[in-house]
Amino acid sequence: MGTVLGGYDPNGYFDEMSPAPGKFRKSYEAFAQRFSQFTAEDFEERRHAVDLAFLRQGITFNVYGDSAGTEKIFPFDLMPRIISSAEWEYLERGLVQRITALNLFLHDVYHEQRILKDGVIPSFFVLSAKHFRREFVNFQVPKDIYIHICGTDLIRGGDGQWMVLEDNGRCPSGVSYVLENRRAMKRTFPAMFESVGVRPVDQYPQELLKTLQYIAPSGVADPTVVVLTPGAYNSAYFEHTYLARQMGIEIVEGRDLVVRDARVFMRTTKGLQPVHVIYRRVDDDFIDPTVFRRDSMLGVPGLVNAYRSGNVSLANSIGTGIADDKVMYYFVPRMIKYYLDQDPIIPNVPTYLASEEADRKYMLENLDKLVIKAANESGGYGMLMGPQATKEERERFRGAIEKDPRNYIGQPMINLSTHPTHVGDGKFEPRHIDFRPYILYGEKTVIIPGGLTRVALRKGSLVVNSSQGGGSKDSWVLFGDE
Amino acid sequence: MLSRVANSLYWMSRYIERSDNSARIVDVNLQLILDHRNLNSQQLAAHWLPIIQATGDEADFHRLYSEANAQSVTEYLVFDTKNTNSIVSSIAQARENARMVRDQLTTDIWEELNRLYLFLHSPQARESWDTNPFDFLQQVKAGSLMLQGLADATIPHNEGWLFLQAGKFIERADMTSRILDVRYQTLPEKGVPQTISHTEALEWAAILHSCSAWDAYKSIHGAEVHPRLVAEFLMLSDDFPRSIRFCVERLNRALRRVSGVSDGRFCNDAEKLAGRLVAQLQFGTIDEIFILSGLHKYIDDLQIALIDVGNALFNAYIFQPFHNLEAEILVQQEQQQQ
Repeated sequence: MGTVLGGYDPNGYFDEMSPAPGKFRKSYEAFAQRFSQFTAEDFEERRHAVDLAFLRQGITFNVYGDSAGTEKIFPFDLMPRIISSAEWEYLERGLVQRITALNLFLHDVYHEQRILKDGVIPSFFVLSAKHFRREFVNFQVPKDIYIHICGTDLIRGGDGQWMVLEDNGRCPSGVSYVLENRRAMKRTFPAMFESVGVRPVDQYPQELLKTLQYIAPSGVADPTVVVLTPGAYNSAYFEHTYLARQMGIEIVEGRDLVVRDARVFMRTTKGLQPVHVIYRRVDDDFIDPTVFRRDSMLGVPGLVNAYRSGNVSLANSIGTGIADDKVMYYFVPRMIKYYLDQDPIIPNVPTYLASEEADRKYMLENLDKLVIKAANESGGYGMLMGPQATKEERERFRGAIEKDPRNYIGQPMINLSTHPTHVGDGKFEPRHIDFRPYILYGEKTVIIPGGLTRVALRKGSLVVNSSQGGGSKDSWVLFGDE
Repeated sequence: MLSRVANSLYWMSRYIERSDNSARIVDVNLQLILDHRNLNSQQLAAHWLPIIQATGDEADFHRLYSEANAQSVTEYLVFDTKNTNSIVSSIAQARENARMVRDQLTTDIWEELNRLYLFLHSPQARESWDTNPFDFLQQVKAGSLMLQGLADATIPHNEGWLFLQAGKFIERADMTSRILDVRYQTLPEKGVPQTISHTEALEWAAILHSCSAWDAYKSIHGAEVHPRLVAEFLMLSDDFPRSIRFCVERLNRALRRVSGVSDGRFCNDAEKLAGRLVAQLQFGTIDEIFILSGLHKYIDDLQIALIDVGNALFNAYIFQPFHNLEAEILVQQEQQQQ
């Protein structure tokens, strides 16, 4: 076998590249053949150059509570994850099905609530959800779209079966890394792209802009679209500016906007200028201090009123958080069945609800085997990895579950699929990965062929979050199957 | 253009120019000290203290250091992050402003600024300074000039660029005035200075060097260095790009291109004040300056006038009486009642 991948051993995991030592899946053959021509030194040299370029370009994320080195580069692994076109076609169908059902669900719970009245989902779960916005019941959102931009986390278990881990329907981040990782890969391995046949991803900003323009208030011919960021200290600030620049639109902070007569304006050197569509990367809670959190300095007083008056559109809409409540996740297969009369194409991870008597009993008896998640946390916070947790951590979660069963779910520990990942000195070992494709739901549903593959860089770790030692990989969707 | 963005561009540009000028001041004075042997601590203080005074941070300096000597003054001006105007602080603030407006800058500018920032915060910066401070300062100057060159060569000369221009020239006018003011204590309070000693001539030559003005000055006045000629050149020259008059003219031009109002008229206080300052410099003579107010007093007034222009610019384009969140919430509640 070739120099850099020689001796790679998947260690018995489901590995994306190698079903067994020395063997390659079809989709990886063309790549592996060319990649094997590199020596460890070649590879090291290229890797070093890419790291430097990322730091120089400031492709960084901010780490909360770390004042010394508040900016870090998101570690980037040069070995790409490869998805065949057949596999992608399957994922695409599954994701379109899911986002369609979620948008129908959101319309329903904010209007007729048929799914609750028909007893498919117990009302209690929806009405008690932290992100259910009563204020928006019976409000008609522009074009009836709630989630315009969705980042769905997918994983594969020990048998290679794809599963949905969670839906991020509020402000999913990470797409800038998809685009920047690809740029870095093209610079580093230019010849590879042509010979392997990789579908491009760089149309994302244009597609995003089209999605945003589509929801502009009616009667506005040439809508002004802006990105609303919490500011330069937000962990995803790089991404906000990056997307604004790629779309050629303004990036604004709350203090740049002002509402007069239920219309939104931005403050410019030439006075106030109207704004029609806001791609907001600020959570519901912080968006308008006159409606939600009064102490929010990030929001725009009066914005919600302007939104309700139909003078400005928001993406994503207010109130979508109900759809990525982890308890609601449990019900997504039922939503698909109820609204579309279909079976889910991509299944959920088996899930236990702590508020169900039998499930709770099972969860409490098996805390050392399960992953426990709080319903409304993200980024790997509020989570118990049973088998690795200490006794105190498990007891803490036991108490929390008993106290507030509504807000906890349990899932079996999934041995995520692995992928060859660089571990130093030109050597590769299996590391666990997940996958986040980005779905745009506008006039039509567009999913760019690719996504963010996150990798747990620590040996044996199953946590891929950037805040907890994760890195990323470029994800190649092939034109063909090999 | 968003007011906040204009503000960040303006300050980014000012801080870049400031770091360049600080590097110049330190550079020239370090070189100058090489010409004097065996100075005692009092003489050293006499050399270094005026430099701190010129930057306007004397009180702050004394809070941090007990004595003004090469070591303390250069540390304060180059590395000290407690000094908001040190080279390291200036570049950090330029970068912080750039970060706020990343989308307005080309990748070239951002990468160069980021590179300079990372260099100044690396152990290599200290090493470079310890081995050869002149090389180090050259790197800072080259970095600043590179950034200004990139701003001119890679971004459209639109409104944002005009705010960069305004920031650069208002800062440069101010810094040139401060550099020129360093040796005011050797001058009579009023009146044209007469003959000067050899040491003083070296110090005035250093002022020219600080502004990269030595060659240009020499081509007009020969090698004779005299405070009157130096001051005239650095204040009133109409074609030397670091003279105060030149900078104020450019500042005025940038302001007028933002608003579109022609010379001889004004539509806001920034234009009014900048226009007056231009006229004052265009129709003033150096002898009048020395005789009527004295160089130091004149420069003091000039610096205040520049601050006024800066404030007026802020009021005209950046500040809109809004940012009181509580008041804004009340306005919204009023409006929603109707």
